[in-house]
Amino acid sequence: MARPAAGRTTLVLASALLALIVLAALAPGLFTHASPVETDPAGALTPPGARHWFGTDQLGRDLFARVLHGTRPSLLLGLGATALAVVGGAVLGLAAALGGRTADQVLMRLADVLLSLPPILLALLAVSVLGTGSVNVMIAIAVAFVPGYARIVRAETLVVRRSGYVESAVLLGLPRPLLIARHVLPNAIGPMLVLATVGFGASLIAVSGLSFLGLGPQPPSPEWGAMLSQGRSFLQTAWWIGVFPGAAITLTALAAGAVGRRAQRRFTQRTPV
Amino acid sequence: MSRSDLALPGLLRGAARRLLGALAVLLGAATVAFAALQLIPGDPVTVMLGPGTAATPEVKAQIRAQFGLDQPVAVQYLHYLERLATGDLGESYQLQRPVADLIGDQLGPTVQLALAALLLAAALALLGAVATAGRRGALRTIGSLAELLAVSSPSYWTGILLLTAFSFQLQIFPVAGDQGLPALVLPAVTLALPVAGVLAQVLREGLESALGQPFTLTARSRGLGRPAVLLRHALRHAAAATLTLAGWLTGSLLGGAVLVESVFGRPGIGALSLQGTTNKDMPLVIGLVLLSALVFVLISTLVDLLHLAVDPRLRSR
Repeated sequence: MARPAAGRTTLVLASALLALIVLAALAPGLFTHASPVETDPAGALTPPGARHWFGTDQLGRDLFARVLHGTRPSLLLGLGATALAVVGGAVLGLAAALGGRTADQVLMRLADVLLSLPPILLALLAVSVLGTGSVNVMIAIAVAFVPGYARIVRAETLVVRRSGYVESAVLLGLPRPLLIARHVLPNAIGPMLVLATVGFGASLIAVSGLSFLGLGPQPPSPEWGAMLSQGRSFLQTAWWIGVFPGAAITLTALAAGAVGRRAQRRFTQRTPV
Repeated sequence: MSRSDLALPGLLRGAARRLLGALAVLLGAATVAFAALQLIPGDPVTVMLGPGTAATPEVKAQIRAQFGLDQPVAVQYLHYLERLATGDLGESYQLQRPVADLIGDQLGPTVQLALAALLLAAALALLGAVATAGRRGALRTIGSLAELLAVSSPSYWTGILLLTAFSFQLQIFPVAGDQGLPALVLPAVTLALPVAGVLAQVLREGLESALGQPFTLTARSRGLGRPAVLLRHALRHAAAATLTLAGWLTGSLLGGAVLVESVFGRPGIGALSLQGTTNKDMPLVIGLVLLSALVFVLISTLVDLLHLAVDPRLRSR
């Protein structure tokens, strides 16, 4: 009896947190009047206190403002990577499921190969081809996650294809493009959105990781991974520089994951088998 | 016909199938790496020489001929496969040394780190799973929470937290480097935590499903206590399930090493791949990709073969 209630509390907390994070991304000025880029050499490396909630960094910039203003670039990186990966995975998964035996074999063997590599290494390979920068890092993470999504979409599509209404549509002589557009895709979009929500946390952590390695957005962007990376050299004297941006990444990933998994559970319950 | 007569050909056929599959994945990885090399925008010789070189067209043409870059792509591909088959990974653009040597030099610290992390993760997961399997209440909630945090905290952040607490504030462990056991502790913990979280979840699920089996009831009715049943009977079943994770495990240890080595300033394969990426040193990056595919394939094939030898039901598939 206690567990469903506990689950609901988690969901409410996670949704509230996620709403706050989105609000911070849309309008960081609502939460702070401090500037994320204005330097104050005299007040550099101030510990957290009443004036600077999260303290200040090596240039005296207010860390609370930087974390808040970093929400938008960080979320955009994560969202972009997720969207690219899900769309790429959907296209390849659909092609494998509906494109005939050869396409299926080739694409799925390719997915096997790519899944044999750690995602981060695959992303590094992509970055060495594309070069560094925000957009390239986003693409690299998408490349690393596409094979996983493609597999899931393929499996889902095969289930939809064997369902009664698609078989009837085939029997009625509906051309294949129309069949895909009208019957397969609308049924696949819901699960794909859920998949994207669950996968968003992993994407965010991965892109921020590449950005932490110095491959993503360059300073003075207040993106979380880049902030962590810049704060590293000052850890000895100022723990807050490393703690808060990392906490922002972790909390966002946790909240999105909690909401996503809940949606996933509801979706699988509702879908008739 | 006795059972062993039937079993042997099945075992061989199954083993042959898996070995062929492993070879196909390796060939695929080599092909993907080759394709990546072709995808690089710009002239390969210019990329190789790095920005800002004043090489004359004649010198460039000479380099092109030396590396066989003036030949058709298909010929280049075959030559590339031929060289790979002899273990030649080419030469690093930046460091002017054979990639295989570079990797060989850096393999030690990473293997050390990965093994330490693996042992630690296994110990933590075992402890967590045995303590919480089949229970409800506070202990279970704490366990699940710890697992969730371990799985979802980015390793670069946990690493920084551990560094802050234990190296800078308490000054128990050294800040960076790879000298001696103390320097290994924090990186190994950082790398182990996410792995331990996943392992604990899988292990507990396995334990709980084993606890529901009739043999558990039999064991209990013989008067065995809960710990004895868990450790002597259920654990064996659960451990077999975690074996299937071996491939994933290798991948996450190798991939995790990239970030962990960067956080702690350790030398190793991960640091080398980051160096290769920042320098656009394609032969180096490709060598590391191929190495990681090889390790993954070796380990998952080995585990598959082990399963095959242990579980006759898999042979017909």
